[in-house]
Amino acid sequence: MTRMIHHSIRHLGVALSILLIALLAACTPSHGQSTFDTVGPVARSQLVLFYWIFWAAVFVFVTVVGALLYIVIRYRRKPGDGDPPQVHGHKPLEIAWTVLPAIVLAVVAVPTITTIFDNANSPDQGALTVDVVAHQWWWEFRYPHPDESGNEVVTANELHIPVNEVVNVTLDSLDVLHSFWIPKIAGKVDVVPNNANTMWIQADIPGEYLGQCAEFCGVAHAHMRLRVIAQPREEFDAWLAAQALPAVDPPDPLALKGKALFEGQAQCFSCHTVSGLKKARGLIGPNLTHVASRGHIAAGELENTQFNLRQWLKDPNAVKPGNIMARDALIYKDADGGYSPLPNESLSEAQVSALVSYLRTLE
Amino acid sequence: MTTLALPLPKRPVHPTGVWSWLTTVDHKRIGILYGVTAIILFLTGGVEALYMRVQLARPGQEIVSPEVYNQLFTMHGTTMIFLAIMPMGAAFFNFLIPLQIGARDVAFPRLNAFSYWTFLAGAIMLKFSWLMGGAPNSGWFGYAPITGVAYNPGHGIDFWIMSLQLLGIASLAAAFNFIVTILNMRAPGMSLMRMPLFTWMTLITSFLLVLAFPVITVALIELMLDRLFGANFFVTRAGANPLLWQHLFWVFGHPEVYILILPAMGIISEVLPTFSKKPLFGYPVVVLSGVIIGFMGWMVWSHHMFTVGLGPVANSVFALTTMAIAVPTGVKIFNWIATMWKGSIDVKTPMLFAVGFIATFIIGGLSGVMHASAPSDAQQQDTYFIVAHLHYVLFGGSIFALMAGIYYWFPKITGRLLDERVGKLNFWIMFVGFNLTFFPMHFLGLDGMPRRIYTYDADMGWNLWNAVASAGAGLIAVSMLVFVANVVRSLMKGEEAGADPWDARTLEWSIPSPPPEYNFEQIPTVHGRDAFWAQKRQGVRTVAVAGGSYNGGEHSIHMPQPSYWPLVAPIGLLMAAYGLIYVSSIFGLAAAVLGGAIAMVSVYAWSFEPVNDPPETSEH
Repeated sequence: MTRMIHHSIRHLGVALSILLIALLAACTPSHGQSTFDTVGPVARSQLVLFYWIFWAAVFVFVTVVGALLYIVIRYRRKPGDGDPPQVHGHKPLEIAWTVLPAIVLAVVAVPTITTIFDNANSPDQGALTVDVVAHQWWWEFRYPHPDESGNEVVTANELHIPVNEVVNVTLDSLDVLHSFWIPKIAGKVDVVPNNANTMWIQADIPGEYLGQCAEFCGVAHAHMRLRVIAQPREEFDAWLAAQALPAVDPPDPLALKGKALFEGQAQCFSCHTVSGLKKARGLIGPNLTHVASRGHIAAGELENTQFNLRQWLKDPNAVKPGNIMARDALIYKDADGGYSPLPNESLSEAQVSALVSYLRTLE
Repeated sequence: MTTLALPLPKRPVHPTGVWSWLTTVDHKRIGILYGVTAIILFLTGGVEALYMRVQLARPGQEIVSPEVYNQLFTMHGTTMIFLAIMPMGAAFFNFLIPLQIGARDVAFPRLNAFSYWTFLAGAIMLKFSWLMGGAPNSGWFGYAPITGVAYNPGHGIDFWIMSLQLLGIASLAAAFNFIVTILNMRAPGMSLMRMPLFTWMTLITSFLLVLAFPVITVALIELMLDRLFGANFFVTRAGANPLLWQHLFWVFGHPEVYILILPAMGIISEVLPTFSKKPLFGYPVVVLSGVIIGFMGWMVWSHHMFTVGLGPVANSVFALTTMAIAVPTGVKIFNWIATMWKGSIDVKTPMLFAVGFIATFIIGGLSGVMHASAPSDAQQQDTYFIVAHLHYVLFGGSIFALMAGIYYWFPKITGRLLDERVGKLNFWIMFVGFNLTFFPMHFLGLDGMPRRIYTYDADMGWNLWNAVASAGAGLIAVSMLVFVANVVRSLMKGEEAGADPWDARTLEWSIPSPPPEYNFEQIPTVHGRDAFWAQKRQGVRTVAVAGGSYNGGEHSIHMPQPSYWPLVAPIGLLMAAYGLIYVSSIFGLAAAVLGGAIAMVSVYAWSFEPVNDPPETSEH
């Protein structure tokens, strides 16, 4: 009997190890937001702590549940069994299992606290600082202007950073709570109105990394995505210099028509800024000065292609239900104030084409 | 008292029928009302969860809209915590505490009835919001400022506020009642350190309730003032820092977690000794660790806020306190396992749930240590990893323990045993379904899936585990159907239980099943822990106490009489709460004033309610 129990426990051990391997395989690094495929020191430090506790937890779980199962099997009541001895406790044993976990936890506590401070204090206070402003339901990124001090270069949803460098981030929100999170680069920090939060990030490998708002922020919370594009310093500088330039008038007549609509009938200007366009200084929606240079539109929901841009303009609610453009922009309102996709009374199919054509020139 | 010239109606005297239930002050009947209501509400919360799992089963589905999805997760969380687990605990407090301490009722029987009806009013308030223009939609912890009028112009949040206020009144009244009952009404000889563990955990839970609910009451009043009267507590555009809400909420919310788990631990501490035929190992240490958990539960609230920007010093402090609270929790688990060591273990259904509880609760505890480490938590906070963790604690923990409790005490409550074979089936389907649903959520969280998203893209790598989780949720639903079928079938033709079907250890098993209205013919005298076990095995007699004996006469045991007022007062409160939501209209104002008046008059009438019995029989 006892041998059988030992046997089944050994089997259990094998099964558990197989399970564990399956568990680790389940969290494959190839996934876009996997916390295991870290590319920066902040995420890496967080993963190291996770592993510390994870292996300690595996040890505790296997030991305790192993003991539990062993006892339940070993001491099962058999017919004719009398009452077992009425044991009320065992002081040394009880002290031991109070002290041992405390020691294990103390071992975990030390790296926890050093990591808390490491991640809170930027190793390079003078490094590039990007101001992140979270909106329902998109991200605004403000860079210091490369040439004009005091001015800013504003873009949205795609955060370019120089690779292998510390980047300081300030976080602000003008509406509700959000949370700024790029799992492969750094764990999240919440974006809290009237509570200036900061963090620092660094990516060690050039590439494009996915992130997502992690604090519930309303109807389109699921669609509040972002990308971090880590690139070599020269590329980053060139990108920033290009972003700093004002928009230029398009040569194409259709696009010019679109520009007129943007500044006029379609009223895009009331919410969007295009620097170089006198009228377009709106601050409610993303800055569109260089929207055509971005890889994605609608806070990362769609690739930035002509077809998708058209889809987005025609029926934003289908792409990102509840978004503020679909809710508030007058061109999407029917006579009763309800939502009406384009084309409609306000804008014709041809006018949509003109707008798309214009936006595609804003590189 | 009777000389007061109040035109009050006589107290009701309905021994049976609907009126007898509406006016009852019998703690056992109130316990049954709590239990049945909680199970029904648990099923509604389960349906809400199923909708979410169907929506998330595959990427990019549009089975429910994002607006509805946001209401679903808010309602699911609020329902399960406030309308299912808490009242299920209250059901056990009500039914069992007087029986376990050898009393004939609670200290304030009418207040007890009032607690139940007020709880029901709060439940109605919350659940009917679905039909009143939309349920609350900002998550069960309703973080400011999205709960403000600017972002939430509908009335869903108002229903949520009013419902939680009503539930708070119910919980506070019940908690005071049980503190007084446990401290004052124990049978002779039952010192504190001889009380059954479940009674101990109820006492600690009641203290937590009394101290925790005022905090959320204040927070909810502030939010109500913001929403209905234009105040600026959480209005960020007027300069408010929304972290105020988070602090207030979690100062309540973390003790609330222990309010949900301590009764569960109490149940486990009753079931394990009975089915191992051994006393609880290290009783004083288990009690003490419960007390320590109760204290330390107040020192850890900001671990829900590691990512909000409290700074490294605060995060370090709360990381340390949170890790420390794992120690008394671990001590309990070790003592439970030691209780079974060298026991004579009979794996009946309650025991199966209890062992299942230990195994799954450990997982919840260990993942808890993972996010006690603040940097590690930065990757886990607000992801499915947290969803997994909290379900391992509240489902694998609380619900499994409550199921153990139902299977354990059902024969005492009804006189009939639940079917063993169906019970085991119930357990295994639920156990597999539970782990299938919630274990994969750990992977989803670590793979970067945030919680509270109604949909996700197909290329995120989340498809498989979401599909598995949804399948598991279906299994949980099946297990609940099996459970309900078992209850219905056993009620009708279950095996007769007798007084003591499990050869148990505590006083509630020394009286018939179901217990008579007066519980104990003779108030027992207690000589040690596990008093009934001692009586059975060592022949330690429980001696009758003077004045407490039963001599066959109908009026010789004085029992509290039924009353209308504990039912009428909550109706007034419900009207007042409903009216307040629409207070800007004349109809709302009228309802609020009228409801308030009804509640006040009821409380007044309650205080001066005449007694039907001639005075000489009401001797204590």
